[in-house]
Amino acid sequence: MNYTTVRIGKRSEHIKHTLRGVLSDWRLYILIAPAVVYIFLFNYMPMYGVQIAFKDFRPSKGIWGSAWVGFDYFQQFINNPLFGKLIWNTMRISLYSLATFPLPIVLALMINELDNQKFKKTVQMVTYAPHFLSTVVVCSMVTLFCSKENGLFNNLIEMVGGERVSILEKASLFTPVYVWSGVWQSIGWNSILYIAALSGVSPELVEAARIDGANRFQIITHVNIPSIMPTVVITLIMSCGSVLSVGFEKVYLLQNKLNMDASNVIATYVYELGLISAQYSASAAIGLFNTIVNITMLLIVNAIARRVSEISLF
Amino acid sequence: MTAKAVKVSVNRNKKIRQTKVDYFFDTLNVIIMVIIMFIILYPLYFTIIASFSDPYAVVNGQVYFWPINPTLEPYQNVLKESRIWIGYKNNLINVPLGTLWNLILTMPAAYVLSKKKLHGRALLATYFLIPMYFGGGLVPTYLQIKSMHLVNKSYTLIMLGGLSIYNMIVSRVFFQTSIPEDIYESATIDGATDFRQFFQIALPLAKPIIAVMALFYAVGRWNDYFTAMIYITDQNYQPLQIVLRGILLLNQTALSNLDTNNLGNDDIEYMLTLARQVYMAEGMKYSLIFISSAPLLIAYPFVQKYFVKGIMIGSLKG
Repeated sequence: MNYTTVRIGKRSEHIKHTLRGVLSDWRLYILIAPAVVYIFLFNYMPMYGVQIAFKDFRPSKGIWGSAWVGFDYFQQFINNPLFGKLIWNTMRISLYSLATFPLPIVLALMINELDNQKFKKTVQMVTYAPHFLSTVVVCSMVTLFCSKENGLFNNLIEMVGGERVSILEKASLFTPVYVWSGVWQSIGWNSILYIAALSGVSPELVEAARIDGANRFQIITHVNIPSIMPTVVITLIMSCGSVLSVGFEKVYLLQNKLNMDASNVIATYVYELGLISAQYSASAAIGLFNTIVNITMLLIVNAIARRVSEISLF
Repeated sequence: MTAKAVKVSVNRNKKIRQTKVDYFFDTLNVIIMVIIMFIILYPLYFTIIASFSDPYAVVNGQVYFWPINPTLEPYQNVLKESRIWIGYKNNLINVPLGTLWNLILTMPAAYVLSKKKLHGRALLATYFLIPMYFGGGLVPTYLQIKSMHLVNKSYTLIMLGGLSIYNMIVSRVFFQTSIPEDIYESATIDGATDFRQFFQIALPLAKPIIAVMALFYAVGRWNDYFTAMIYITDQNYQPLQIVLRGILLLNQTALSNLDTNNLGNDDIEYMLTLARQVYMAEGMKYSLIFISSAPLLIAYPFVQKYFVKGIMIGSLKG
């Protein structure tokens, strides 16, 4: 027996071994099969269907039968007079939201400093609550409160001597309303992660800092904040990765003809074009463009974070 | 020294070292917290008192801190709307069945992926990770679901949104960290198959995470608007959120269209009834918001800790 046969023998032995292992796991494969099939049908099949972005899709011909058109629909989108507006509107909303990113962290740091356990629990309970309201409900409340004739906000504005404004019908006010109602709804919920991270800060470290004469502010800036930095960076990377994906539901529900100048974002345009006007291929192309920008952003920010802080998603 | 004694001495230390800066800091902190709580609670509180107030008072801006001329009329009007009953009924069917379907898909998959001995585990994990970052987008997904004849069916809202990969990963972390490997090892030695190990050992021990996941999924389903908006047009299958939107956001203009400036004397009677209807419609909106969120708001204080637990497990290994 020469060297080659030994190797082949070893390899076939190895394959046999693996095969036996795979076969011995058959019950586990059956357990996971429903999820695999589900993800295949609802996530991977649409990925296959994304090729209609490069085709002139006709429902009668099916995905495979439609003719290729290359990058026509992408070009069409870039030449679209709305292109700049859509991108800028989407970016403005998500950058504005990104600017409020530190707020839940500040809230978490403050909650962490509360000594009275009962008060602490109450604050947490109250601040988490709006998270459980549906987008429709939150948008309805915003719409009711912003109404020019009888909205709560306008009543308050008038009480302090201001002019009544139709808040939701002003394009310039759309982004602040969108972002701050979002802060109201999720500042508490988003702080949970940081509160969890803060509970992991070692009490010895805090005690040592105290003995060295640090006051509360100094403990926060020199002990607490550095300890939760990994969590902060990871969350930041994740939010940068969705810079071009603004939550469709909320924008759509707050949108009206008069604030369209600021509220027409990629997601709502994809919906209008694809499902209302049935321009499937054009809509799919914009959607794909959006996804690619998001993934690129995620990879860039991830790379930067890895360089700068040695913390990264992957 | 006992543990208790240590604790006492630490507390005393803290008190001794309480400087002026610290005292100022604590007071300011509590004040800011109270303000934040007020800002968060007031809109909710206002909605509730407005829903019990006379719609005239609400529309004319007299309601601020307590209900004015309390009435249940808005609620009676809400209950007269058949659309709301249909929405509620659909939610009461779809949410429990859909959540069950979620658990059937999520739990076994999470368990299997938690098995280190599984052959091809890395491959399967990647298979589930890719859709978290990349997807086909709205139109290709719509076309796929349409081609599976899942549009506008009584079971559409149950079948769709069946598996959240994020939730599955959270459950997997639970299986990995909370159930010791030794249990499975001894079960294997005793001749228990993977099926038995899952159904008779892992599932009973996973009750906490099952509860958390059921809550996550159920709240998501109760509040979901998007899925029904895209895939349901049949009135009979519309869930609560669609009905809500129809009533709350689509007829806002009624009140502003009410023109009271140039009226003839004959019209006044007619206008008054019309005005009454419009005011009632306004009052109804607040009660509708309350009625649709009530199940969640009532359950919330009791289940809040489970949600927080879910987030914590998820943060262990995201």
